[in-house]
Amino acid sequence: MTMRLAFGFSLAAAALAALAFAPFYVGPYQVGLLIGLAGYVTLSSAWALFSGPTRYVSLATVAFFGIGAYTVAALNEILPYPLVLLAAAGVGLGIALIVGLSTLRLAGVYFVIFTFGLAELVRQLVTWYEVNVTGTLGRYIFMSFGPEEIYWQLLALMAATLFVSWCIGRSRLGLALKIIGDDEVVAAHCGIDIARTKLALFALSAVIITLVGAIQAPRWTYIEPGIVFNPTVSFLTLIMALLGGANRLWGPALGAVPLFLLFEWLSANFPDHYSIILGLLFIAIVFILPGGVLAFVERALAHSKRVTGNAERVREPGTAEARQ
Amino acid sequence: MLMTALIAGLVLGGTYALVAMGLTLQYGIARIMNLAYGETMITAAFAAFILQSALGLNPIADLLLIVPGGFLLSWAIYALMMRPLVTRSRDRGALEIDSILATFGLLFVIQGVLLVIFGANYMSYSYLNVPVSILGANVAANRLLALVLALAIGVTLYLLMTRTRWGTTIRAVAVAPQSAPLVGIDVNRTARFAFALGGALAAAGGVVISMYQTFTATSGVVFTMKALIVVIMGGVGNLLGALSAGLILGMVETFVATYVDPGLTLAATYGIFLALLLWRPQGLFGKAAR
Repeated sequence: MTMRLAFGFSLAAAALAALAFAPFYVGPYQVGLLIGLAGYVTLSSAWALFSGPTRYVSLATVAFFGIGAYTVAALNEILPYPLVLLAAAGVGLGIALIVGLSTLRLAGVYFVIFTFGLAELVRQLVTWYEVNVTGTLGRYIFMSFGPEEIYWQLLALMAATLFVSWCIGRSRLGLALKIIGDDEVVAAHCGIDIARTKLALFALSAVIITLVGAIQAPRWTYIEPGIVFNPTVSFLTLIMALLGGANRLWGPALGAVPLFLLFEWLSANFPDHYSIILGLLFIAIVFILPGGVLAFVERALAHSKRVTGNAERVREPGTAEARQ
Repeated sequence: MLMTALIAGLVLGGTYALVAMGLTLQYGIARIMNLAYGETMITAAFAAFILQSALGLNPIADLLLIVPGGFLLSWAIYALMMRPLVTRSRDRGALEIDSILATFGLLFVIQGVLLVIFGANYMSYSYLNVPVSILGANVAANRLLALVLALAIGVTLYLLMTRTRWGTTIRAVAVAPQSAPLVGIDVNRTARFAFALGGALAAAGGVVISMYQTFTATSGVVFTMKALIVVIMGGVGNLLGALSAGLILGMVETFVATYVDPGLTLAATYGIFLALLLWRPQGLFGKAAR
C-alpha cells in the first residue's frame, strides 16, 4: 500500500511539474485555456469536497466566485496582493458561515433554495452598493503580473485542493461525512456533530471557490457584477463534478477537463444554442450516469468480474452477495 | 403614497400567491422540487405577448389557451422526465436531489430556447393601461385586473381542494403518500395531476405578470426563488399558507421599493427568508417539513 501511495504521489508530482512548465512551450491562447482548465478543476473539486459526500447540492458556486473576484477589484489598489487574497478568503468565509449556520441545521432542501438565489442576491446588493455609495458600477484591475503567474497560482490552489480532499477522505472527518451522507440519524447516534461537520466542510469549499474567483479576477481587467456573477459558472461546476463523480477524488477533475474543452468549442461555434445544449447534456448525465463516470466504470468492472466468477463457482443462495 | 403602495403590494402579492400555490402543489404533493418553475411562467408570459401582438387577443382570452397549455406541458414533463426519477429513487431525499438536478438542467434548456427565439430584450405590451382612482390613489386598471384574477383563481382552487372529493384525494396524498393507496388512491396519477395543475397555475401567473410587468427570457429564476421562499413561508403543501405568505412578501417588497430603495427588494426577500429559517423553519402556518 505504501509503495502504491509513493507511486501515486510521484505520479501526481510529475504531472504537476509538467503542467507548471507548460506555459514555456505553448502560445498565449493555450495559456488561457490552461487557466480555465485549472480554474474549473479546482472549482468542481472544491464543490465536490462538500456536496459529494453530504449530497447537499450547492447552487451558490458563482456567488463565492464573484465575491472573490469583486473583492480583488475593490481592494487591488489599496492593499498588497497577498493581503487582497487573504481579504477575499475572509469575506468568502464570513458569507459561507452565515449561509451555513442558518441552513445546514435544517433539511437539505432549505440549503438548496438558499444557495439557488444567493448569487442573484449578492449581485443585486453589490450593484446597489456601487450605484448608491461609490457611484461607479464597473471597476478596473491592473496587476503587475501576466497570465502565466495567474496560471501558476491556480495550479498551486488546484494541487492544494486535491491534496486537502485526499487528506479529508482518509481522516475521521471524511468518515463522518460519509456517514452523514448515508444516513443522518445513524451519524447522530455515532456521536457525530452533524451541523458542525457540514459547516466546516462547506466553509472550506466556499473559501477555495472564493480564491479561484480572486485569482482569476485580473484576467478580466474590467469587472462589473453582471460579468463575475454569471450563473453559468455554478452550472458548469455542478455538471463537471457530476459527470466525473462527486464522490471520487479525481472524479471532478475527470469531468472538468473534457467538459471545459467541449464548452470552449461550443461557445465559439454555437454561442446562441450554448445553454440549450448544456441543459440537455446535464439532463442526460442525471439520467444515464447518476453516480458519475468513475462509479459507472467501477460498477461495470465489478459486474464483469462477478459474471466471470459465477462461471467458476456455484454461488450459495442467501449470501449477501447473492441478494444484491 | 401609502394607498398606492398598499395596492401595488396587494397586486404583486396576489401574483406571488398564485404562483406559489402552483409550486406548493408540485413540491408538496408530487414531491418534485421544480427549479424550472419560473421558466414555465416566463414561457406563458411570452405566449401571452405573442397572442396579444400577433392575434390581438386580450389576456383574459389568452388565459383560456395558455393555462391548458401549461397543464399539458407540465403533464408531459412529469410523465417523461420525472416519472423515471420517481421510480428510480429509493427515498424522498434521493428523489429531491434527482429532481433538483434534472429541473436545473431543464431551466437552462427552456431559458436557452426562449433566448434563441426572443433574444435578451425586455418585453412588455400595453393592455388596459388606464388609471383608475381608488380611495384617492391612481392605479392602472391592468394591475387591478391582475389582483382580481389572482384572487379568483386562488380562491377557486382552494374551494376545489377543500370542498370536493377530488381535492380531498390530492390532499390525502400530500399528508400521507404511503397510506393513500390503502384507501384506493392512485398516488402516481394524483402526483402527475398535481404537478400538471401546478404548471397550469404557473402559466396563469405568467400571463398575469405579463399584463403589468416587463419580463425577459432570463427572469424566471427570480420568480422560482421567490415562489420557493413563499412556499417555505406558508408551509409546504399548504395552499392558504402560500396565499397569505405571497401577500406578505408582495407587501414587504413594495414597501421596501417605495420607502427604502427599489434595488433592495431582493435583499428584503432574503432577509425575511433568513429570519424565517432561524425562527420558524417549518413555515409560518405549517408543520415541520420532514
